[in-house]
Amino acid sequence: MNLDFTEEQEMLRTTARDFLAKECPKALVRELEEDEKGYSPELWRKMAELGWMGLVLPEEYDGMGMEFMDLIILFEEIGRNILPGPFFSTVVLGGLPILAAGTKEQKEEFLPKAASGEIILTLALTEPSARYDAAGVATTAVAQDDSFVLNGTKLFVDNAHIADYMICVARTKEGASPEEGITLFLVDAKSPGIKCEVVPTIALDKLCEVVLENVIVPKKNVLGELDRGWPIVARTLEQATVAKCAEMIGGAQAALDMTVNYVKERVQYGRPIGSFQVIQHYCADMWINVDTGRSILYEAAWKAGEGLPAATEVAVAKGWINEAYKFVTERGVQCHGAIGTTRDHDIGLYYRRAKAAELAFGDTDSQREVIAQQIGL
Amino acid sequence: MEMNLFRMDFSFSPEEKNFRVQVRTFLDGEVSDEFLSNLEEQDEVDFSREFTKELARKGWLAMAWPKEYGGGGATMMEQLIFNEEMGYHHAPTGGHRQGISLIGPCLIVHGTEEQKRKYLPPITAGEVVWCQGFSEPNAGSDLASLQCQAVEDGDDYVITGQKVWTTNAHRADWCHLLARTDPEAPKHRGISYFLVDMKSPGITARPLLNMLASRDFGETFFDEVRVPKENMLGEKNRGWYVSQTTLNFERSGIAWPASAKRDLELLIEYAKETKRNGQSLAQDPIVRHKLTEMAVEIEVARMISYRVAWMQSKGQIPVYEASMSELFGSELLKRLGDVGMQILGLYGPLEHGSRWAPLRGRVVRDCQFSLGLTIARGTSEIQKNIIAWRGLELPRV
Amino acid sequence: MDLGFSEEQEMLRTTARDFLTNECPADLVKQLAEDEKGYSPEMWKKMAELGWMGLTFPEEYDGMGMTFLDLVVLLEEAGRACLPGPYFSTVVLAGYTIMEAASEEQKKELLTKIANGDLIVTLAITEPSARYEPDAITVKASPDKDDYVINGTKLFVPDANIADYIICVARTTDGASPEEGLTLFLVDAKSPGITTTLLKTIAGDKQCEVIFEDVRVPKENIIGELDKGWPVVEKVLEKATVGLCAQMVGGAQKALDMSVDYAKERVQFGRPIGSFQAIQHYCANMVTDVDGSKYITYEAAWKVSEGLPATMEVSMAKAWVNEAYRRVTLLGHQIHGAIGFCEDHDMPLYFKRAKGSEPTFGDADFHREMVAKQLGL
Repeated sequence: MNLDFTEEQEMLRTTARDFLAKECPKALVRELEEDEKGYSPELWRKMAELGWMGLVLPEEYDGMGMEFMDLIILFEEIGRNILPGPFFSTVVLGGLPILAAGTKEQKEEFLPKAASGEIILTLALTEPSARYDAAGVATTAVAQDDSFVLNGTKLFVDNAHIADYMICVARTKEGASPEEGITLFLVDAKSPGIKCEVVPTIALDKLCEVVLENVIVPKKNVLGELDRGWPIVARTLEQATVAKCAEMIGGAQAALDMTVNYVKERVQYGRPIGSFQVIQHYCADMWINVDTGRSILYEAAWKAGEGLPAATEVAVAKGWINEAYKFVTERGVQCHGAIGTTRDHDIGLYYRRAKAAELAFGDTDSQREVIAQQIGL
Repeated sequence: MEMNLFRMDFSFSPEEKNFRVQVRTFLDGEVSDEFLSNLEEQDEVDFSREFTKELARKGWLAMAWPKEYGGGGATMMEQLIFNEEMGYHHAPTGGHRQGISLIGPCLIVHGTEEQKRKYLPPITAGEVVWCQGFSEPNAGSDLASLQCQAVEDGDDYVITGQKVWTTNAHRADWCHLLARTDPEAPKHRGISYFLVDMKSPGITARPLLNMLASRDFGETFFDEVRVPKENMLGEKNRGWYVSQTTLNFERSGIAWPASAKRDLELLIEYAKETKRNGQSLAQDPIVRHKLTEMAVEIEVARMISYRVAWMQSKGQIPVYEASMSELFGSELLKRLGDVGMQILGLYGPLEHGSRWAPLRGRVVRDCQFSLGLTIARGTSEIQKNIIAWRGLELPRV
Repeated sequence: MDLGFSEEQEMLRTTARDFLTNECPADLVKQLAEDEKGYSPEMWKKMAELGWMGLTFPEEYDGMGMTFLDLVVLLEEAGRACLPGPYFSTVVLAGYTIMEAASEEQKKELLTKIANGDLIVTLAITEPSARYEPDAITVKASPDKDDYVINGTKLFVPDANIADYIICVARTTDGASPEEGLTLFLVDAKSPGITTTLLKTIAGDKQCEVIFEDVRVPKENIIGELDKGWPVVEKVLEKATVGLCAQMVGGAQKALDMSVDYAKERVQFGRPIGSFQAIQHYCANMVTDVDGSKYITYEAAWKVSEGLPATMEVSMAKAWVNEAYRRVTLLGHQIHGAIGFCEDHDMPLYFKRAKGSEPTFGDADFHREMVAKQLGL
């Protein structure tokens, strides 16, 4: 057993941290929150040059051939710094399913372009039913000549408004169970019949409503097997959950660091407020939350990366970190006092993201339900 | 057996019940969904000026004040009822709270006849907006360490300094302000209280954005602002003690539990109407648990607030009970915001402006807005200090 | 609106507190927890002399003619002192059952004896299914000539081991709904066929398993109407729930008082531990819980005493007080440190009662579900 990162991984972490601190300062984060596209093409290009988009893609597709755990380290730093834009959607929601289930042609078509930063990808799964399971998919795909015709509404789709391609999860057949009859489609975002609108959210994270009206998708764009797409989605969701957890822990650490620094400096009643016992205990509680969250994250990430069954660990990680990130940011605001409630203070950036992240890929109750099933209840 | 005058009674008198009906009818009509929608989109103070004046016309605005100062001379219970209904209806108070609840009472107790004549009538008529110049960048919880200076010069005091978290700063007509008149004295004893015309030369007020990007408070810079000596309230260097005046109006803090009650009702309605997983949210045991837990907490908060008003109605001065009510109520709203977001699920983070945002984005707004409630008017930590020191007499080191 | 007790109620409180301080010190409480009978006959006699048993009985039955609210004041003091013994079962459970539904003859016989301290009676509702709902009642009573014959097992019956009579809730008919067909039987505890076994409980209160095997009860011993017993049980449960909350409030206040006193005296690091902010905040949290418990209990108690509908308030009170009392005793233990953990110390008395009282007459989940129904969910 080894709970340490390798030297290369530590270097990846340091490089990422330094790069993001320089290239994506909070001023840019705020700009991008208000920006319609929500990302900086210049920064995107630099990230591609660092090999980040293709970090876990095989070298034959212009990737770096690194491991899932390496990607997790990167996401931790991304969460710590905050990086607006379609990195998560392109790399995790788009890249990983294509890597897992694409044909040779599809992989050759999409992965190098994703690695080079040339295309932006996303996954259109959730709908107004607001669930992450197969039963929530009502969008239909009906075979017609050499194509499929897609109809339906997707909601909360990450960065769909700037995506070049969306992997659409649709129902091609009514099966015995909701998981049967699900097919994945690589949909050109410029196809006629697609209407995309960004929905305003607390974290200004560019979630979209995507309306599909008679959208024609060629047969060759089916990703994976007809009617048997759900296992790909399930695997992607597991990876996405872990990656999101990594982002969240990074953010929680940043919020904690910011708070501890503040309470050391802020003087009231002639002493730093960090010398008051209650504030000290808040910080201790925050630290416990982050540290334990990180441990569970790494366990889940390692297992998921090794291809081992990890449903329980992933659910535990997301359930725990959901609450931990919220706790740390709420306490963080409280410790900062009034200044922490302003738009301009950085602690608010993390608070808002904690609230949004709680729900991504399953809120705490749904994670508990997964755990209940896993432990045989 | 002797008849006892006082017996436990959780009900209101017929007159009080009648009064509640009057207030409720008025607010049901005035504070409609459309009103609230407009309120959310526009600046609260500007939008609610007419509403404030209407309250004044009904004699409710300054209902807590003694009649001789233009008030309604209302009883504690009437005030409690009024504040409860206002809170429940989410009616705006931002424009008038400073004048009615803070500076007004100080003027009544400590003002000269001339000051009362000049400043009180516009407050009771809802025609003036006051802001509070208390907090400074280095004086938050430790307000008494404030540094803003007021130097005597002829017939004036010259004020220099910076105030922050000044509610309504950029649109206030007047500012009630604490400044240091004796830098040598121990900190509480060198402060004086001033009434400052916001149109005075040398004042710059800049709004600050809160997390919701709305301009509720601001920073105010005083650059050698001349304030006539007659604008000092109370005695020189006694300003701190003047500002502690609360007058005998109710301090129940009922607005928070009342507001929470309405929010909960909206969530319950939403839960009953929204289907997920083939059943309404209201049928989901986890959702039921969350909603009922909040319902219980709201009722407890209500009782803790009622207790304060009741004590005051008997002429008792709450020692720690008002702190407890403020603490419980503000923490309650934070918890409710969090629980609401959980119930709304993926729809929780959606803000007002999208057709998909539930309840006009009320919950996502509350979960940000409520962060300030455990900080403003005394942080939760300070409230607990007060409860421990004054309520339980635990030792201060 | 008046949230305070009347002068007479305050006098009752003071008398009760003084009496119990003298007659029921903590040492006696601990002794009686080990004692099989679990009460002191001498103290019982003195309580009867004070008029406590018949506090709420009409004067024609040797009672004091006082109200439920008056009894609540007394129960609060009983809770503060951890009064052991069959007072609650006899006066609240049995007393109100008899007052609500018994015939004139039965009332004359039973209430008078109870008021004079000559009779101990209890109410047997729950069974091994451990629920307070009508469909949980499976103990059967079948007619046989002039008697009914009772068969089945009751569990968690308070003080059955010392009771002279057990009022047994049994099913006489399978009605259209579970509420129909339940009857109350006044059973002589010495009847052949009854086997009573004392259960060992955390708080040392005397709960019993009572097995009925062909127990004959004369028809005249039915209390109230045949098949119409459940509405009576409901009413009694409402009072019992509030009464228990009052006891819990009294206990919580005592736990708070003890903790604050200890914090002021105990010196570590050269200062009273009550001068440390974390301890001060614990105490602030405790008094908030205690005060909240008081007023929500009083609200429910007043409504019940006035005969107003109070289903929601009663359930809210029990749901809140359950958790508040638990929180208070946990913090109380934390403040006392190791010494509070010793059996000699008084703190465990309150912790155990907090735990033992939680499920009695419904745990928090049960009562929250009652609130849900009242809210129309």
